[in-house]
Amino acid sequence: MSNVTEKSHAELAAAFNKDEPRVDWHDETLWWVRQKRDIQAHKLPEWELLRETASQIKNNVLSNLSGYLEQFEANAIKNGVVVHWAADAAEHNKIVHQLLTERGINRMVKSKSMLTEECHLNEYLKEQGLDVIDSDLGERIVQLAGEPPSHIVLPCIHKKKEEIGDIFHEHLGSAKGESDPKILTETARQHLREVFLTRRAALTGVNFAIAETGEFVICTNEGNADMGAHLAEIHIASMGLEKIIPERKHLGIFLRLLTRSATGQPITTYSSHFKKPQENKQIHIIIVDNGRSIQLGREDFRNSLKCIRCGACMNTCPVYRKSGGHSYHTAIAGPIGSILAPNLDMKKYADLPFASTLCGSCSNVCPVKIDIHDQLYKWRQVIVKEGYTPTAKTIAMKAMAITLSSPALYRSGGKMGRLVFKYAPFAVNNKLNPWYKHREMPKAPEESFGEWYNKRKEGKK
Amino acid sequence: MSREKILAAVKSNQFSHAELPNVDILDALTASDVSQVKQYTTVATAGGSFVYEVSDFDAIKTILHKEFKAGVKIISGIKELDEYTYAGNVVDELAHSFADVELTILRSFLGVAENGALWLTETQMNVRVLPFISQHLAIVIHQDDLVPAMGQAYAKIGNADYGYGAFISGPSKTADIEQSLVIGAQGPRSLSVFILTT
Amino acid sequence: MKVALFVPCYVDQFYPKAAIATLELLEKLGVEVHYPKNQTCCGQPMANSGYEHLTSGCNNLFIDNFSGYDYVVCPSGSCTLHIKEHLHSSENEDKALAIRKRVYELTEFLVDVLKVEHLEARFPYKVGLHNSCHGLRGLKISQMSELVAPAFSKPGQLLNMVQGLELVPLSRQDDCCGFGGTFCVVEEAVSSKMGIDRVEDHIEHGAQYITSADLSCLMHLEGILRRQNSDVKVIHVAEILNHYQP
Repeated sequence: MSNVTEKSHAELAAAFNKDEPRVDWHDETLWWVRQKRDIQAHKLPEWELLRETASQIKNNVLSNLSGYLEQFEANAIKNGVVVHWAADAAEHNKIVHQLLTERGINRMVKSKSMLTEECHLNEYLKEQGLDVIDSDLGERIVQLAGEPPSHIVLPCIHKKKEEIGDIFHEHLGSAKGESDPKILTETARQHLREVFLTRRAALTGVNFAIAETGEFVICTNEGNADMGAHLAEIHIASMGLEKIIPERKHLGIFLRLLTRSATGQPITTYSSHFKKPQENKQIHIIIVDNGRSIQLGREDFRNSLKCIRCGACMNTCPVYRKSGGHSYHTAIAGPIGSILAPNLDMKKYADLPFASTLCGSCSNVCPVKIDIHDQLYKWRQVIVKEGYTPTAKTIAMKAMAITLSSPALYRSGGKMGRLVFKYAPFAVNNKLNPWYKHREMPKAPEESFGEWYNKRKEGKK
Repeated sequence: MSREKILAAVKSNQFSHAELPNVDILDALTASDVSQVKQYTTVATAGGSFVYEVSDFDAIKTILHKEFKAGVKIISGIKELDEYTYAGNVVDELAHSFADVELTILRSFLGVAENGALWLTETQMNVRVLPFISQHLAIVIHQDDLVPAMGQAYAKIGNADYGYGAFISGPSKTADIEQSLVIGAQGPRSLSVFILTT
Repeated sequence: MKVALFVPCYVDQFYPKAAIATLELLEKLGVEVHYPKNQTCCGQPMANSGYEHLTSGCNNLFIDNFSGYDYVVCPSGSCTLHIKEHLHSSENEDKALAIRKRVYELTEFLVDVLKVEHLEARFPYKVGLHNSCHGLRGLKISQMSELVAPAFSKPGQLLNMVQGLELVPLSRQDDCCGFGGTFCVVEEAVSSKMGIDRVEDHIEHGAQYITSADLSCLMHLEGILRRQNSDVKVIHVAEILNHYQP
């Protein structure tokens, strides 16, 4: 179900922008979530200290990650939990598959896990003949629609209720034309209750894993992770290896930040702490690397591993709001996705660090203070140096650099030619110039400032 | 083995040690000696909970009688509310058998005023799935068990050993469809919180 | 006080009026202003496109032009920020550092260095202030809406000294205009839409002029306003602060 495409963010965003009222609706919906976040943040005078503290805790985690992972594993084992390690997506998927098949299980319920989106677990299990049902309402909607989530916290934020009504009518038997969110949610509730009661295996994500105690915490508003996990014989929890925090008391920092940043609630409805399995049941944790240890070694980009997946950077990002999550063609969209994805595949995601104006709003809302926009800038430098940009652009940039390094060349354009801006996007007098599609060119004045200044100087003499 | 490979890669790529910050400063900022009932009530109500201040268990009984018709399946984890099936007596039953429970009443000994969350461990839940599978949930807490913020909450939890514990801050809800809030997603359709004031 | 005026390339070529206003305003305030005549560009167009490694020529030229002054003042937040964050030189790193410390965007120079409290200016219009991202979140010339911190605005403070000027409130006080350097052509659709929405916010609130401490944003917004045949005009903040209309 991955959005397999050769198209770039710019092309996908252009397609999204063909329907302007829809762009406005998408933009306003997400801006509303950003405003809810602002209201919650402003209720806490200590908000900025809270962010700084969380960022420093994560700094400590990243400086001693191997130690914390070993501590977490040892404590989890002590708690009766089985711990698995997966170097990449394929190994993760194989482990899940084996855990299911060795128990003769062919159907599983799954709560939200962006890691399994990253690993394309659903597609893999489907190919193996296993059935997976996503139990988060938004995830279930996009699953039924045959699409990936467009947002890490609000998976179907790109869908209108009428479209969801059509999907539910087709798949879940709701009345034709029904689009009331209350009725559609009730339809999903009835459908998913049946699923929870009949699945022997449940997979969940992990929001936080505590090294000190070996427990892990899952946050949901719907209660779907708990419904699945408590009713199943086997609970598989997939976690990226960066999800570790040192001590239980640090949850007091992160749980204050997570949901306020994500949806503008003071906390999720459920913050569930799983420490030991229930009697006669099993908990398996899969600790996944999938490129994270490489990112840890990239000094300029390792801070991206602090991410707690709140989605605040998406809600505030004007480019995300006006281009939609699917235009990022990766599991995690938006600014954070654009600094994570190139680590996994620099060629495929070479466009993403450029899908930003570097406005910096993302870094300001980030609850763990990841320098997202600075990393976008830095990824651009890496991508160019590694040769993943079009040759024409490189030639133009070289010519521009030569011109701008030479005062003589810079001035030689004269007032009509403005040679300097042969390479400046807004000044090319050309119907093919994208600037001109929605914008007029700046008017060339009679004289440049430099020319005016020289005249004034002469006049003064 | 991937374990060794991963740990080695992490170890070679992690940077020099960074100290843990002091989190006590934040806890000091949120600490408070005044009653948290009003703050709790405001926040929990905004989160969709029904909050009642009650003087004793009889007052809770009166409200429950008014809100829930006789004859529906109700499970109580509280000895004082003894007219219902006692949760302690059903812990060995199959979790799936609670699918038809209309109301579960449980006790909490820790509530958080800043976000309306109530802490329950498996001991108070009796059965892990109970507070999720019930159509409705009621939780009883004493006003003295309310703390201002999460820092104080985790200080109170300390290094308690539990198999499972959860902060529950309201009814199950979703806003996945066009950001319009719907109460009653996959878990309870309502949360009633009874704050004992004596 | 020896002050060098840094006029970014596109201001020099397309918006000389803003640079003239900057020069006149500083002189009016008693500052001795020099204009190093061999200046060209800060190198940001290349750097933001991922070609920072091609900017050493620009950097060395910048250092040649701007070394030895007490301050370097620039009527563009974006170019100022680029110098502050990215001016380096393998030959003259100490000189680069000195400039990085001394470069100021115009409004922050007026407020923080000159400590201007009064201006002889009159501009009897409704004005919308566009907060440029680089001025706002890079140079922090205004408070950022995302942060829980006291509000302030250096350009706003100066504009409030102008007689007859009415600053209009905006629905989104610091959403990006979508210019973003080469972003404006590479991501034409999103860039234009961002600009259109910014313009709409100002117009809805009755602005007759849109002003900013950054001309790159204004150039973008002007392109949109002119395409829409709007009566609303863009004007650099220096032109307002240097304006006296009886």
